[in-house]
Amino acid sequence: MKFSEAWLREWASPALETRALADAITMAGLEVDAIEPVAAAFHGVVVATVIDKSPHPDADKLNVCQVDDGSGEPVQVVCGAPNVDVGQRVPFARVGAVLPDDFKIKKAKLRGVESRGMICSASELGLEEGHSEGIYVLSPDAPTGQDFRTWLGLDDHAIDVDLTPNRGDCLSLRGVAREVGSVTGTKVSEPTVSTVVARNNAQFPVSVRDGEGCPRYLGRVIRDVDVSAKAPLWMRERLRRSGIRSIDPAVDVTNYVMLELGQPMHAFDLDSLEGGIEVRRAVVGERLTLLDGQEVTLDDSTLVIADRSGPLAIAGVMGGESSGVTPRTRHLFLEAAFFSPLAVAGKARDFGLHTDASHRFERGVDPDITRTAMERATELLLSIVGGAPGPITEVRNPATLPHRSSVELRRDRLTSCLGVRLADEEIQRIFRSLGMTSSVSGQTWHVQVPSWRFDVSIEEDLIEELARIHGYNRLPATRPEARLWLKADDEATQPLKRLRRHMVSRGYQEAVTYSFVSPELQSLIVPEGVSPALANPISSDMSVMRHSLFPGLIKALTHNLNRQQQRVRLFETGLVFQGALDDLIQTPMFGGLICGPRSAEGWSVSREGVDFFDLKGDLESLMAMTGCMEEWTFVPAPHPALHPGRSARLERDGVPVGWLGALHPDVRSQLDIKPDVYVFEVEQEALTRGVIPKFTPLSRYPEVRRDLAFLVDEGVGVTPLVEAIRAQAGEWLTRWQLFDVYQGAGVEEGTKSVALGLTWQHPSRTLNDEEINQLIADVVQAAQARFGARLRS
Amino acid sequence: MDHLPALVNEARAAIAAAEDAQALDQVRVRFLGKKGEITALLKGLGRLSAEERPAAGERINEAKQALQADLDQRKQVIDEAALQAKLETERIDVTLPGRGEISGGLHPVTRTLERIESLFQHIGFEVAVGPEIEDDFHNFEALNIPAHHPARGMADTFYFDATRLLRTHTSPVQVRTMQSQEPPIRIVCPGRVYRSDSDLTHTPMFHQVEGLLVDEGVSFADLKGTIADFLHAFFERDDLEVRFRPSYFPFTEPSAEVDIQCVMCRGEGCRVCSQSGWLEVMGCGMVHPAVFRHSGIDPERYTGFAFGMGAERLAMLRYGVNDLRLFFDNDLRFLSQFN
Repeated sequence: MKFSEAWLREWASPALETRALADAITMAGLEVDAIEPVAAAFHGVVVATVIDKSPHPDADKLNVCQVDDGSGEPVQVVCGAPNVDVGQRVPFARVGAVLPDDFKIKKAKLRGVESRGMICSASELGLEEGHSEGIYVLSPDAPTGQDFRTWLGLDDHAIDVDLTPNRGDCLSLRGVAREVGSVTGTKVSEPTVSTVVARNNAQFPVSVRDGEGCPRYLGRVIRDVDVSAKAPLWMRERLRRSGIRSIDPAVDVTNYVMLELGQPMHAFDLDSLEGGIEVRRAVVGERLTLLDGQEVTLDDSTLVIADRSGPLAIAGVMGGESSGVTPRTRHLFLEAAFFSPLAVAGKARDFGLHTDASHRFERGVDPDITRTAMERATELLLSIVGGAPGPITEVRNPATLPHRSSVELRRDRLTSCLGVRLADEEIQRIFRSLGMTSSVSGQTWHVQVPSWRFDVSIEEDLIEELARIHGYNRLPATRPEARLWLKADDEATQPLKRLRRHMVSRGYQEAVTYSFVSPELQSLIVPEGVSPALANPISSDMSVMRHSLFPGLIKALTHNLNRQQQRVRLFETGLVFQGALDDLIQTPMFGGLICGPRSAEGWSVSREGVDFFDLKGDLESLMAMTGCMEEWTFVPAPHPALHPGRSARLERDGVPVGWLGALHPDVRSQLDIKPDVYVFEVEQEALTRGVIPKFTPLSRYPEVRRDLAFLVDEGVGVTPLVEAIRAQAGEWLTRWQLFDVYQGAGVEEGTKSVALGLTWQHPSRTLNDEEINQLIADVVQAAQARFGARLRS
Repeated sequence: MDHLPALVNEARAAIAAAEDAQALDQVRVRFLGKKGEITALLKGLGRLSAEERPAAGERINEAKQALQADLDQRKQVIDEAALQAKLETERIDVTLPGRGEISGGLHPVTRTLERIESLFQHIGFEVAVGPEIEDDFHNFEALNIPAHHPARGMADTFYFDATRLLRTHTSPVQVRTMQSQEPPIRIVCPGRVYRSDSDLTHTPMFHQVEGLLVDEGVSFADLKGTIADFLHAFFERDDLEVRFRPSYFPFTEPSAEVDIQCVMCRGEGCRVCSQSGWLEVMGCGMVHPAVFRHSGIDPERYTGFAFGMGAERLAMLRYGVNDLRLFFDNDLRFLSQFN
């Protein structure tokens, strides 16, 4: 809602300068978004009268004019505008004037003829966007010689208020003024609207078939109008300052009344209407061409204004092309109605529209202002286009008109909600200033809500009104009190916070990537993965929900590689979305990616690239934080995005919970990524589910360590081998260490040497050599039996 | 015997001349060793008369002790010099950087979220989270935003179908918590939220923290006090001006927007605050009775307040970030600034 400050001050003018007035409006809950001057800076422009015009001797398109600028002496000025004429009142920039954009007016010669000043167009004065056609012709009553700014009141501001959707009542000067009056304690004066006396009996029949949708409909015929007349400058200026373009007198007046009183109206060309007005639901399949040229197909959820021939307008949204006012219109049919918010809600959006009318009807228009608006519009129209008004036709359905509610407010509820007791006089004053009538019985107020307030229906609404007008910032601030309550804390579960910090201490940067990704990238990474797609994505590369953290991490990697970063270590936590909408699982995941040199470039480190075991080591260090490392396994398994020989499925207790591996070379080449990339992702739940440590007594007896090197086929996995060995090493095995894996000279081709250190310790005695030798014999035998392993000599 | 003084002088000179431990030991052997020259004098005492013997013995012993003291002293000097020389050869450039991984860092949004969570956890709030693909009921209906309510236009929603959508705020978590817990309830709900808006100052995904306190006798004054305390703590400025501006959210009544004095210009007016001197940082209000009813809480018995803020906005103000979109580019040059 944008309006002229000067206009507002005609209604309510507190003794506050512009900025302070805007602050007061903002602090009432009507947030002022912008305060802009209504005209650019210029000076030296006066109202002048063109007293003579003759063609320029040397130029076809120029005229030599004499103007009376009030100085007593006629001033000669060369003018190129085609519409300049003798007798016109015009804005005239004298020599020495400065126009917007610091354009200085100097004495000049145009093709040999002296010109002292300039007759201005609206755009040259910054009053119109773009380029105006010809000079700005003022009304004949403009006083010659008066400063143009003063005469047009251009030292005014346009105040733009960003209204919340509950305050439809403030979409008018009337509404804003009421708020200003209430919050500043200023008297509000409404313009008097008189009843227009009918000059004939012309009426056009109105029938309302949907009383729910249209509880009140007023129509009026005005015969013999001259729509070629122009709305007066003051009205056009007010419209301009509200951001509304002047069209024709009928549109200008209905817009003006809408801004002034909040009642959207519509003017029909009476001759285009057949039979009578019908307010009804559309019949499925009915078509209508709207004022903006769009042809729409209607259904029975849409309330329309129709005549015998079919729909004329979508009620409360937009009029139709065929019934609108045109330059040939002779008689008008004016409409002012109350359409219920539910009948209009969402309709404009269904047709891709948003109009000033729909904006207001959706939020609620005062059902009691209809007649006043009709009288006001008639009065204004008659003064511009002339004509003879008929009587008002009104159809009214009291049963469906909004119920004037009475709301109760309990004193103790008010006090306990605000944390302070407001004085009775203050409460009375606020209610009165908002147009609410109240009566008291005991400790309860009964408040009659005015017709324009659609947002006040419960006690809390009244509490807000009182708090708001009294001033939120005058209310006390306290600290809430609560019982101290010590709650159990789940010690076994690792906080995600701790896992994040662990990654950070291992040199990772945390990334936050979009939860929606490009379907192409996703299908490259998880071709079989199903995840929900947005119906209205912002762009196609953000249109499906991520099935995995990999696409986002890879995109972040390429962003950095493209910016000359060589070493990238990223991790991310967040939901992944797996499955179709109806069997969707939203799983919190933890993922990471490494690429580039193992160490940051330095004076004492090699520039070797990372490999699988770098990332696996980081991942294992996370897993170790659960305290149950033995529950985790890395199972060699293929993943469509990973190198088939370098990928592992992560399992905890045999349940698959994630993946680790090298990005497949095909995937890299399709994404134009040169270096090797390693990625992992694992369900957060598996990483955070830990155990509470359990103490084992320390043995006082010596421990025994034996190192064994086995030769096995190179295809044998070290972990299964070690597991088999551990299983045979007896209950006193306390530690084991894998200290070497070797292939090459001295070891037969196709085999590898795996060296283990095994440590035993008995809790209550010293172990003897025979016992240890027997265990080793068992171990070696088991390793041989299961994996064909031999002890290396 | 008469040459004892000369011998002592000679020994002293030799001790002084010894340059290292080995040379000094040779001097000791030469004079004080088993076959040393001073030792020889002691052995020669037998040739003296019984009267002369005690005095001569004493002189020789004195000389021997004096020389031993000189030797010890000299040894200490030589050892010290040797240690110094060794340490000198071991000198390194301590200004060279150390070896090993330098730590990375949390994303500034996480840093901000964790900070906000922690401030509220200190006064007994718990962290609650929920799904991001939500249904119409939890995201809108339960929050007093029925279909076609103009407030639906306040947030441009990403839809999957007629009823399923990406949550536009973390309020659904509040609803789910109220449905499953009895008051008193004190929670903060951090997380990703989505709105179909993308320009200089909007990204289609961002993060919110919402808070909820439900108990008996909770007032608007409590809300004001809590929010002011929070903002003072978050910006670590007790003199930060905070104001509450009436506003509208369908799920709270009364509702307020919270402005702080611009942290960039301290209220003087600058580009960041559009010359107003104020910055809008959060929305809040008393929980609407309809929301309580949807969640099975008796609004006559309980009252509560709720608030919500954008993590990116607070991070931008706190760390001086001037471009929202940087948060989701994951550029290492940006991320590493928050290590």
